[in-house]
Amino acid sequence: MIDTFKSVIDALSAPTVSFTLLTVFTPLVFPPTDWFDKVNRKLGIWRLWTKPGLWAGMGFLTFFFVVGYFDPNFHITLTKADNFPIVLMVYSMFFFIWLGMSKAYVNDERIEQGLKPTEYNDPDDKVLVWPDLVYIEFIALILFMVFLIVWSILVAAPLEEPANPASTPNPSKAPWYFLGLQEMLVYFDPWLAGIVFPMFIIFGMMAIPYIDMNPKGSGYYSFKERRIGICIFMYGWLILWLFLIVIGTFFRGPNWNFFGPFEYWDPHKVVPLNNVNLSEYFWVKMFNTGLPSNIMLRESIGFVVVFAYMFMFPIFLAKTWFKDLFEKIGPVRYTSLMLFGLSMFSLPIKMYLRWFFNLKYIIAIPEWFFNI
Amino acid sequence: MSEEKITPAAAVGASTQNSENEIGRRGFFKWLTVGWIAFGAATGGFFTIMIRFLFPNVLFEPPQTFKIGFPDDYAKNTVDIRFKKSFNVWVVRDEESIFALSTVCTHLGCTPNWLQTEGKFKCPCHGSGFRMTGINFEGPAPRPLERYKVSLSNDGQILVDKTKSFKWEKGEWENSESFLIV
Repeated sequence: MIDTFKSVIDALSAPTVSFTLLTVFTPLVFPPTDWFDKVNRKLGIWRLWTKPGLWAGMGFLTFFFVVGYFDPNFHITLTKADNFPIVLMVYSMFFFIWLGMSKAYVNDERIEQGLKPTEYNDPDDKVLVWPDLVYIEFIALILFMVFLIVWSILVAAPLEEPANPASTPNPSKAPWYFLGLQEMLVYFDPWLAGIVFPMFIIFGMMAIPYIDMNPKGSGYYSFKERRIGICIFMYGWLILWLFLIVIGTFFRGPNWNFFGPFEYWDPHKVVPLNNVNLSEYFWVKMFNTGLPSNIMLRESIGFVVVFAYMFMFPIFLAKTWFKDLFEKIGPVRYTSLMLFGLSMFSLPIKMYLRWFFNLKYIIAIPEWFFNI
Repeated sequence: MSEEKITPAAAVGASTQNSENEIGRRGFFKWLTVGWIAFGAATGGFFTIMIRFLFPNVLFEPPQTFKIGFPDDYAKNTVDIRFKKSFNVWVVRDEESIFALSTVCTHLGCTPNWLQTEGKFKCPCHGSGFRMTGINFEGPAPRPLERYKVSLSNDGQILVDKTKSFKWEKGEWENSESFLIV
């Protein structure tokens, strides 16, 4: 019984399977349109945001970690001092998303009935910053300090031997909060995954209030009033950041190979990963000729693809499906939204291209350190 | 109780000359100068320490040119990992030549491991893989490992010169200095 559970989880956690499932389920769990909402209601996914849903989710997570604790292979990764924050993160993320979503669903129903949201207060009924708010913050600060002190006393810092440039630990992992970035680095060149994308994440989040002109949902929880925004954000936050951290922590073993949580970390696991560049697919496999010696000619197909994706595709969308959006938010907001949005979705696209076509780089110019 | 109205010190119409410790025009500039000098000294000191920090007390740099023994010490089709730790090179001998590979992964600079059974160099950081020749074939590494200049010294030993590296993508592996025919 437990073994079946373990092998099912191992099979599901293969990147192609887990990533596809999560990508499909994100719009069902956070339905951006009426159609997804209907499917969500039909499948009963909305029950996740009720009290039984919370207990079911927490129960499943606890079952997973308890089984993992008694599994000889998962025990090693689970009980590492570095990985304790990830377990905390999984629980706290689920709880806080549940909290927000359950309150949002209550408010959605109230707004539908023409009532004010639950957070609405009489304008005369004020809450003072001092002492009301500052007191709560002060108590929270003290409790958190106590927790950090107890934690640092109980768990020794996971220090290793002095650094040696000649021997990199295998697997060599970034701090847990950077494991999402390290996962991105598997699919992109360092200048993109290490510099451009982190900057885009920061600037993109700063741009959200300027791009999103929806005045509703300010000061109270609500889902329906900004469901598209929530869905896209949750995909970026939950799948492209937190899930990649979980992958990097529990699922990446020696030689950065992929392992299910209950699998043995075999350092000699051989995974066929012969990578091919788009230029090689185009010239060698399609036309049966050698690569042209001219770099620009060699990579021309890659430039066309990147240009089409980043510049032609937004124009096409602005004329078709996003016509209303484009007219509503104007060219500057639309361009920023497309720049950040398409960059974000280039990560899952690149991951799938790597998994299914062994595609390494769309534009590959190692001569100039320019690879996309 | 008197009916006298109390005026707050900052209110409109409040007395502006109610204390002796008010700073005059001259005093203001005096304190401004003192403040700026203190600020400048603190920042200057801070940056001096910062810049000092960039120059390490001890710098361990192995010699860039070194001898690694005689060609006969190396068996055919093997990768020698003896000099990985001391000089950051792998010495590879294939069917007809000997060459020295850099141990720096071309993706993000980690040190890959030579896996004898799989016949490849595999990087533990992001999974880049290189064949025995140094050619990258899996993972995100964009280009092959670099090779260093190898030559025979007068006493018959192999001399590796790390100051000169050869990049495959620039066609430099054709250069006769990048390998040693044995």
